[in-house]
Amino acid sequence: MQNEWLYIGLFLVIGIIVPVVPLVFARLVAPRKPNPIKQSTYECGIETVGESWVQFKAQYYVFALVFLVFDVESVFLFPWALTLKQLPLFVVLEGVLFIGILVAGLVYAWRKGMLEWV
Amino acid sequence: MTFWNNPINFIGYWLNGVLTGWHLPAVLATLLIYVIGIIVMILFAMTLDIGLVWVERKVVARFQDRLGPNRIGPFGLIQPVADIIKMVIKEDITPDGADKIVYNIAPVLAATSVIVLWAILPLASTIYGVDLNVGLLFIVAAGALGTLAIIMAGWSSNNKYALLGAFRMVSNMISYEIPMVIILLIPTILADTMSVRGITQAQSGMWFAILSPLALLIFLISAIAELGRSPFDLNEAESEIVAGFHIEYTGMKFGWFYAGELLHAFTFGGFIAILFFGGYGGFFGLEKLAAFAWLNIPFVQALVFIAKAMFGYWVIMWVKYSVPRIRIDHMLAFNWKFLVPLSLVVLVNTALLNKILIVLPNWLYVLGMFGSNIVIGYVTVEILRAYGRKQRKAEQIPDPQAHTQEQAV
Amino acid sequence: MTAEQIIFLLTGALVLGAALMVVTVRNLLHAALWLVVSLFGVAVLYAILQANFLAVVQVVVYIGAIAILFIFAVMLTRREAMEKGRQTRNNWWIPVLLGLFILTGLVVLILSVPGVERTATALPSGLDTVQALGMALVSPDAYVLPFEVASVLMLAALVGAVYVATADKK
Repeated sequence: MQNEWLYIGLFLVIGIIVPVVPLVFARLVAPRKPNPIKQSTYECGIETVGESWVQFKAQYYVFALVFLVFDVESVFLFPWALTLKQLPLFVVLEGVLFIGILVAGLVYAWRKGMLEWV
Repeated sequence: MTFWNNPINFIGYWLNGVLTGWHLPAVLATLLIYVIGIIVMILFAMTLDIGLVWVERKVVARFQDRLGPNRIGPFGLIQPVADIIKMVIKEDITPDGADKIVYNIAPVLAATSVIVLWAILPLASTIYGVDLNVGLLFIVAAGALGTLAIIMAGWSSNNKYALLGAFRMVSNMISYEIPMVIILLIPTILADTMSVRGITQAQSGMWFAILSPLALLIFLISAIAELGRSPFDLNEAESEIVAGFHIEYTGMKFGWFYAGELLHAFTFGGFIAILFFGGYGGFFGLEKLAAFAWLNIPFVQALVFIAKAMFGYWVIMWVKYSVPRIRIDHMLAFNWKFLVPLSLVVLVNTALLNKILIVLPNWLYVLGMFGSNIVIGYVTVEILRAYGRKQRKAEQIPDPQAHTQEQAV
Repeated sequence: MTAEQIIFLLTGALVLGAALMVVTVRNLLHAALWLVVSLFGVAVLYAILQANFLAVVQVVVYIGAIAILFIFAVMLTRREAMEKGRQTRNNWWIPVLLGLFILTGLVVLILSVPGVERTATALPSGLDTVQALGMALVSPDAYVLPFEVASVLMLAALVGAVYVATADKK
C-alpha cells in the first residue's frame, strides 16, 4: 500500500519536473527584448481603460457554496456505494434517504432563485 | 511471468537483479526502477500528446471541409514538432504588474494535473502505474488541481479578460464536477470497487455503456465541460474575451496550457473507454475462447485501449466542432436544473435496480437496466417538451408543429 | 530513523510552515495559495497513514471546494483592500509565547498517558479500508444515524447559505 503512494509521489514530482524542463530550455533559447508596449496588458489592441480589477459577481460565490454542499454529499456516497452488493435492500434505501434530503435542499435553492445568473 | 504476459514486472525484476548485482542497496534499486518506469510512462503520454496535436488539427480541418496541415512531412505528420520548436523559441513576455511566481507556476500545475492521471490509467491488465483502490476519486482530485491552476493563471495575469475568463471557467468546472462525481458512483455500484482496474475487469461480461447508457451520456457532457472544450469553452471564447485566462501567456507556457488541454481530453476519452466501454478488455467474454487467446496479450490490450480512447476522444472532438458555444447562464442552468437532478435520478435508479434485479438471470438483468434508462430518458424528454411548449405559449411564439393551422388560415 | 519517519517530519514541517505563511503574508491571495499547500501536506500525511480514501477526499473537498471558496471570497473584496499592509500586529510575540506554553502543556499531558509510545498494530492484509468505512456508515448498529444526520446538517448549511445570500437582495 505504501509503495502505491510512493509511486504516486514520485510521479507527481517527475510530473512537475517534466513541464519545467522545456520552460527552462525556452528561457535559455528564446530572445528576451522587453519593451513597455509589449509588456502592457492586452485589451484588444487599445490602451487599457480603467483598472484591471473588475467587480466580482457575487453569484459566483453562491454557485461555489452550492457546489461545496453537493461535493461533500457525493463524497459521502462513495463508501455507501461499495457496500451495496453485500448488504440487503434497506441499505440502498438509506442512501436514497440521504440523497432525498439533499435534493430537498437543491429544490429550496432553486425556488429561492439562487441558481439564477442574474 | 514471461515478457509477453507481464512486461513491466518482468523488466523490473530483471533490472532489480542487475542493480543488486552491482551492489546497490535494495531500497535504492526499487526507487530507481520506479523512476525509470515513471519516466517511460510520462514520455509515452507526452509522445501521445504530440501526436494528438496533429490528430486535432487534421480532424478539425476535415470537419470544416478543408485539408489541414499537409506541407510538413507526409500528411503533415511533422507539424507538431514544428509547433513545439516554434513555441520554445518564442519570446516569453511577462505583462506589467503580473504576480511573477504565481504566473509561472500556473502552466506547470495545469500540465502536472493532467500528467499525474497517467499514474492510475491501466493500458493493459499488467501495464499500469499503480492500482489505487480509490482510483475514481483520484481522477476528481487531479481535476481539482487543474481548477486551481486556472484561477492562478487568470488572477496573476493582471488583465480584466483573463480574470473574467478564469472566473467563468472555474464556476463552469466546479458546477459540472457534481454530475461527474455522481455518475462516477454508477460504475462503482455496478463493479463494487472504486479501483480503475477493478472496473475494467468487471466489464468482461457486459459493458457498462449497455447497462447504463444515460450515465455514459451525462459523463460525456460533464467531461466536455470539465475540459473546458466547446460547447462549454466560455473561458476561451475567442470572439468574446480573446483566449480567456491564458491571454497573457506566450511561448511554451501557452504551449503547456494547450498541450495539457489536448492530453486531458485524450485522458478523459481513455476514462470513458475504461468506465463504460470495457477498457483494455471487455469483449463480452470472447477472450476466454482458445481461438481468441491472443486478445489477452498486454500489448494487444494496450492497442485496444488506445483505440477505444481515440474513439472517445473523437466523439469529444466531434461535439466540439459541431455545436455552437453555450452562454454562461444557460450553461449553469443546464447543469444545476437539469444534469444534477437527472444524474441523481439515474443513480437512485441504478442502485435500486441493481439490488433488485441481480437475482434474475443475466439477460433479464441487462434488459432491465437498459430498459430503465430508456424509460428515464423518455420521461425526461417528455418533461422537457411539455416545459418548452408551456414557455412558447407564454411568449406567444407559434409552435413549429402547429403550422397546419396557420396554413389553413 | 526510518524513511517513513523522515517523510513524516518533512511533511509536518511543510504543513506548519505553510500555515505560518498563511497568517503572515501581505497578499491575501498568496495566503490562500499557502493554505492550499498546507492542505496538500495534510493529504500527504493521510497517504502516509495508508488512509487512501481520506487522502483523496482531502484533495477533492478541501482543495477542490473549500480553497476555491476561500479564493472566491478573497476576490469579492476590491483589490485596493488586498495589499493593506502586514497581517501581524505589533505585539505578535505575546500570542506566540502563549501558544508555545499551551503546546508544551499539551505535549507533557499526552506523554504522561500510558501506552502512548506503543506502535500501532498493522492493518490486516487485504483489508479494503473504503469498504470497511462504508460498512460502518450503513450498518444499523454502527454509524448510520450520524450518516443521515450529516445530510440534515448539510441541508441546514445550504438553507443557511441561501438565506444569508438572499437577505442581501432585499
